Amino acid sequence: MVSCVKPANANLVFRALADPTRRAIFEELTRQGEQTVHALTRYAGVSQPAVSKHLTVLKRAKLVRHRREGRETHYRAQPDALAPMVDWLRHYGAFWRDRFDRLEALLERME
Amino acid sequence: MSNPAEITRTLVIERVFPHPPEKLWRALTENPLIAQWLMKNDFEPVVGGKFQFRSEPMANWDGVIDCEVLIVDHLKRLSYSWSSLGLHSVVLWTLTPAEGGTHVRMEQSGFRPDQQAAYQGAKYGWQQFFGGLERVLGGGVR
Repeated sequence: MVSCVKPANANLVFRALADPTRRAIFEELTRQGEQTVHALTRYAGVSQPAVSKHLTVLKRAKLVRHRREGRETHYRAQPDALAPMVDWLRHYGAFWRDRFDRLEALLERME
Repeated sequence: MSNPAEITRTLVIERVFPHPPEKLWRALTENPLIAQWLMKNDFEPVVGGKFQFRSEPMANWDGVIDCEVLIVDHLKRLSYSWSSLGLHSVVLWTLTPAEGGTHVRMEQSGFRPDQQAAYQGAKYGWQQFFGGLERVLGGGVR
């Protein structure tokens, strides 16, 4: 069960995306591709230190990657990091169907 | 839903079993029987009771699901909360007599991370967010 979900990663991903500003930043990066911190600050409408803080949380969850170019830092989304969330939701469908089969077998054995 | 930011995704599995509701109820509420088809557990059919499901730990999962009994409506409905890996949901079993057996409906709903406070004031619901996930991933879900 959930063999492909690392608890630590899943928690980091969920927590990172629990914040609406971070979610907005992440979605903006998935839509627009790579962006500088300046561009993201203009988009998010909060201060640059606040944006940097949000980006750090997203980075820890491996939802974004960054690279430096001169004085600018560029960020881009890593949508693969969302896999734990999608895995989670898909996983339960398969899980319960399998358990229903086992329940059926048990009922046959019961008097 | 009072909190618009709460995930509303629901998973429903239904099946008609050729057995009477009494037998289904036993399989759902007697812990040695539950262990035979679901997982090892210390479930007792008492509302408010806390219990755990335990399966074999894996590399990425400790195998523990923390639960609390929410509804025990003899032969009709059984519900418990279901928390694992920092994600909370609620499982609801509904038994309905059907021709030649029992219709069983399992609904698991309310998937949401455990920091509910963080969701207050969210701009849009998680349902919408999850709807966008598959687009983002381009369908390439593992």
